[in-house]
Amino acid sequence: MATVSIRAVRKAFGSHEVLHGVDVEVADGEFVILVGPSGCGKSTLLRMIAGLENITRGDIAIGDRVVNNVAPKERDIAMVFQNYALYPHMTVRDNMAFSLLLAKAPKQVIDEKVGRAASILGLTPYLDRYPRQLSGGQRQRVAMGRAIVRDPQVFLFDEPLSNLDAKLRVAMRAEIKDLHQRLGTTTVYVTHDQIEAMTMADKIVVMNSGNVEQIGAPLELYDRPANLFVAGFIGSPAMNFVRGRIEGGSLRSGSVSFPLPPGAPAGHTGDVIYGIRPEHLRLDPQGIAASIVVVEPTGSETQVIMKFGDATMLGETRPVGAFRERIADTPGATLHVSPDTSLVHLFDEATGARLN
Amino acid sequence: MDASTWKPSRAEPSWLARLFDYKPFLIFICLLPAIGLLLAFLTYPLGLGIYLAFTDTEIGGNGEWVGLENFISLLDDRIFITSVWNTLFYTFTATVLKFALGLWLALLLNHHIPFKSFLRAIILLPYITPTVLSAIAFWWIYDPQFSIISYVLVDRLHILDHYIDFLGTPWAARWSLIVANVWRGIPFVAITLLAGLQTISPSLYEAALLDGASPWQSFRHITSPLLMPILAIVMTFSVLFTFTDFQLVYAITRGGPINSTHLMATLAFQRGIPGAQLGEGAAIAVAMIPFLVFATLFSYYALGRRKWQQGSDND
Repeated sequence: MATVSIRAVRKAFGSHEVLHGVDVEVADGEFVILVGPSGCGKSTLLRMIAGLENITRGDIAIGDRVVNNVAPKERDIAMVFQNYALYPHMTVRDNMAFSLLLAKAPKQVIDEKVGRAASILGLTPYLDRYPRQLSGGQRQRVAMGRAIVRDPQVFLFDEPLSNLDAKLRVAMRAEIKDLHQRLGTTTVYVTHDQIEAMTMADKIVVMNSGNVEQIGAPLELYDRPANLFVAGFIGSPAMNFVRGRIEGGSLRSGSVSFPLPPGAPAGHTGDVIYGIRPEHLRLDPQGIAASIVVVEPTGSETQVIMKFGDATMLGETRPVGAFRERIADTPGATLHVSPDTSLVHLFDEATGARLN
Repeated sequence: MDASTWKPSRAEPSWLARLFDYKPFLIFICLLPAIGLLLAFLTYPLGLGIYLAFTDTEIGGNGEWVGLENFISLLDDRIFITSVWNTLFYTFTATVLKFALGLWLALLLNHHIPFKSFLRAIILLPYITPTVLSAIAFWWIYDPQFSIISYVLVDRLHILDHYIDFLGTPWAARWSLIVANVWRGIPFVAITLLAGLQTISPSLYEAALLDGASPWQSFRHITSPLLMPILAIVMTFSVLFTFTDFQLVYAITRGGPINSTHLMATLAFQRGIPGAQLGEGAAIAVAMIPFLVFATLFSYYALGRRKWQQGSDND
């Protein structure tokens, strides 16, 4: 096991720079998730750790060793690919044994390691099958098995669950996390799905167009997003953003007033984004009037898409509330909601930076 | 009637429409043209050829049924024996060379090299040149007096002191023909194998790289097994084309010198048309059938889906 240090790493394809100086420290045994929208550079960064892309500038170190010029096979890492990259002409057993075979491991060692990985992953009955004869989830497990038998210092996962259906994805999510808890191997995992990131990671690195936006534990990012991008990216349903100005101890948007959180910069001039998560709105007869647009009951809670009078929202979004109560009102009716002021986030619209 | 009351109308289908909806009838109707063409242009000439092989037909005369006489006489015919041996040697050597060079070319073109698409287009040139045209070009290249190869080697580089007689002696002529055939056959092999190589997912090579495979190991363990199904198809077609080759040989040597480069196809033509012995020519052509059937059976088994290819493909 080892640490991974990414120091001021840049990557350019020709003259087009896709990573603009990224710093990430991964502690020994930590499960770190790189998350961000498509094209943010997260997969490129992972492939640079693996050695499949070279490093334009900066250093990547695994353990104490800078690996910039170390061949992929010497880096002691194992990678699970998005499409699994299983060798179609080899059985499950041979797929898992391939790296050991190339390393000229004795047959007894190979059998033992493959057998152990197969039993960890519940693949023992399928060892003599070919990848095509397996379901998506089983293929996914074989890909992980291939990584496990190598007993590497670092596991790299490149969007491993994106080819699975929703139900299987939830199951495999737990399985991967459980596997990490059992093996304790340092893991770097790439996904565009913030729920995957929230549920699995010890530490999340939020990336956007080649930059790191914020690094922190999942709940840190949820509780105190450092900027507008992270606030909008983390959390489901996404945070509501009301656009307004701070006037006389509250935020005014159109003719609607929203209560400010403690510690708000009262003297701030310029446009402010008032962020409140749907689950931090509650029904309150004295609250802000909102007309109902759509009611979406999910059983455990009720999501309501609303309209706050003439208040303006950021972009084309409409405010959403998620309430524990069941709501019988029909579209067009008026609800009264109030935000939990201790959980309100304020951002400067121009810079996106957090204000409170 | 307005938009809210309008309903699409449905007429009862006529008997003709119902007939065309009847699946067995539709299958029969759709297959009829293909079966008709096959019967008229494949089965009839093949049947006629086989029939002629058992007669002593000559051009301009009706032959009589002679049973196996043509075949029995061929067994003692030294020229025929030589042509069989030539055909096997020609097919085997040319195929081996075509595949070695074609695979090498395909592997090169599968890498990122400068002017890749231009090179791919260039590679196809020998294949799109009409065979007779390239045969005539080779005839000139192999000419005893005007050969460009002899000119370069003797008059320019002074490596040799005499002109090479490419087509004058049996072995030189055989190798010259093989070179011409290889030159012509490489594009087909290279382009089809390149298509095969491009179906192999790059992530398999990346996975192999991380698993610690050297370039040779990833060729041996990834490329070659995954290329095998398409290689078998290409090999079968290449063998069939080479075995039945006629144009190159007939245009360059006409089977000479002293019948030493005759292939079965050229000998069959030589005996049947210029020699007027239709029955004997047909017998030589029919003698090719067992070899071709063997090659086709080989392909049938080689093309059978391998075990790892069975199952679903959806990820």
